Amino acid sequence: MAESRAKPGLRAPQLFAGLLLVFLGAVPLLAAALGEPFWVTLFTRVLIFALAATGLNLVLGYGAMVSFGHAMYLGIGAYAVGILSYHGVDSGWLQLLLALGVGAAVALAVGAICLRTSGMAFIMITLAFAQMLFFLAVSLREYGGDDGMQLKGRSLFGALDLNNATVLYYLAYALLLVVLFGFWRLVNARFGMVLRGCRSNERRMGSLGFPTLRYKLSAYVLSALVCVLAGMLLANLTRFVSPSYMAWTVSGELIVMTVLGGLGTLIGPVAGAAALLLVEEGLSSLKLGVPWLDTLLNQHWLALIGLFIVFVVLVLKQGLYGWLVAREVRR
Amino acid sequence: MTTGLFFTQLLNGLQLGVLLFLLSAGLTLVFGIMNVVNLAHGSLYMMGAYFAAAGFNAFDGSFLAAALVAIPGTLLLGLLIERLVLASLYRRDHLDQVLATFGLILFFNEVVRYVWGASSVYMNVPSWLSGTVSLFGLPYPSYRFAIIAVGLAVGAGLYAVIHRTRVGMLIRAGASNPEMVAALGVNIKGLNTLVFGLGAALAGLAGLMAGPIVSVQAGMGEPILILTLVVIVTGGIGSIRGAFYGALIVGIVDTVGRAFLPGLLREFLDRSVAQAVGPAIASMLIYLLMATVLAFKPQGLFPVKHG
Repeated sequence: MAESRAKPGLRAPQLFAGLLLVFLGAVPLLAAALGEPFWVTLFTRVLIFALAATGLNLVLGYGAMVSFGHAMYLGIGAYAVGILSYHGVDSGWLQLLLALGVGAAVALAVGAICLRTSGMAFIMITLAFAQMLFFLAVSLREYGGDDGMQLKGRSLFGALDLNNATVLYYLAYALLLVVLFGFWRLVNARFGMVLRGCRSNERRMGSLGFPTLRYKLSAYVLSALVCVLAGMLLANLTRFVSPSYMAWTVSGELIVMTVLGGLGTLIGPVAGAAALLLVEEGLSSLKLGVPWLDTLLNQHWLALIGLFIVFVVLVLKQGLYGWLVAREVRR
Repeated sequence: MTTGLFFTQLLNGLQLGVLLFLLSAGLTLVFGIMNVVNLAHGSLYMMGAYFAAAGFNAFDGSFLAAALVAIPGTLLLGLLIERLVLASLYRRDHLDQVLATFGLILFFNEVVRYVWGASSVYMNVPSWLSGTVSLFGLPYPSYRFAIIAVGLAVGAGLYAVIHRTRVGMLIRAGASNPEMVAALGVNIKGLNTLVFGLGAALAGLAGLMAGPIVSVQAGMGEPILILTLVVIVTGGIGSIRGAFYGALIVGIVDTVGRAFLPGLLREFLDRSVAQAVGPAIASMLIYLLMATVLAFKPQGLFPVKHG
């Protein structure tokens, strides 16, 4: 997890990060050139989950706070769009205001309670809060309850027409770049140093006079807000909101993406989200030419994902991108 | 709201609590000794229910056969999981354990879908328990009553084993200071495998008992796993006593809350508001309980005393 920016020049990790971002930027062009418009939708999903995983990474990777409930912020973002749209408010700015306002209030309250605990109890209490919100959404019968509801229309942001898949794609891409840049500045600034200090030894940081709780809470709220933004995008992508966006398995998947890519590396969660979603997509539509094997894989690919996760944890401890970084540090 | 209905719901809560206790006991012990969190415990419960249904249907409706398949089956499966996956995660942090066992959940759900199909599998209540018993003049299904009896018997048995035998003494010692126990020459790894197997068998027992009253399907382990986690965190991680009281509290609060809270709210609130809010608050109740407990007592209600 060491940051390898000690050596100047273009090393493998930076090269990989740059190529990944350039590739993501070129996806709509490639899709148009190859005549595969479905790619744009698929990769918008990748970008949205990359954004959410990047948000989670701030607490999980840099702060070592294992939040098992970040899917609830995806849900808050999605439901802010859904509920306002249901009542005829299509203005994206109002939706953004509501989503960020509610998200910040919830994250402040939940974070303040959760951060009283640590370790195992922190994992469980974040899960408990996410479950609370999940059941709240399930019981909102007016807004579709268990089944979720179709959005009447996508958010209206002035001249941006989100009904155009490419526009939505580049909106998600731009947001991801902005968040990545902001986090890059943040984790290398004093704030990030304190946060990473708490990861190594919180008591020592406290003795040095830092109000560690305040730093951790700020990081928690910030990471929640990034997930809220991802949730808004997700609702706009699918034109649908449902409680399943904040199911506990989604929180689990976000953790998987972050760890798979490389904890505490800036670009790791992006790589992890892309890898996980593309492998899922690939396995569920794989055609090897052997009929029984194809049906087996296409129906039960989750079993392979499960084994893959176990494998990553047991063997590939630093994650995909983390492995590149670690190799660079060893050299 | 009659007292009779309330009493029945209380018993239903007790029955859920007892099932939760069967699951929490093993989980909390493993956590207490080896500091390992095992999310796949819910999968063991699910496998127990499937094994039971398979045994039940293979031996034309013999509940005994179901038990003889389910409990040893989950015991073996548990030992296999412990050796293959968890044993190498003992020294790693909670994040890795959460992830690996999350992967196992996905895996087992698909295995079940592959072997038994996507639709649910049924097993019946054994004929000798299909009637009702009369408790203080109230009829109550015998099978549910049997679940309560089995759960309480297991609780008493565990209490006796843990507080009255040598193995139990080692388990208690392991929970409060594993390094010291290992230094005194006890095979702590073997002890943990034993406890893990015991926990798996208890999860299998829970699956067997729940089989006839729930629909046995892929993913059935997750909701109850989350309840189990709520129980052990509320009760105090690593403590059997905490698991017991925590399970009863969660079981009763959840069941009674769902049954009566919407009606109760109707007394105070506007009908339409109560209709909308009641079920929401009822299903959030145990999580509220857990958050409140953790906010004031981060160690849980009955923490293990260390040192």
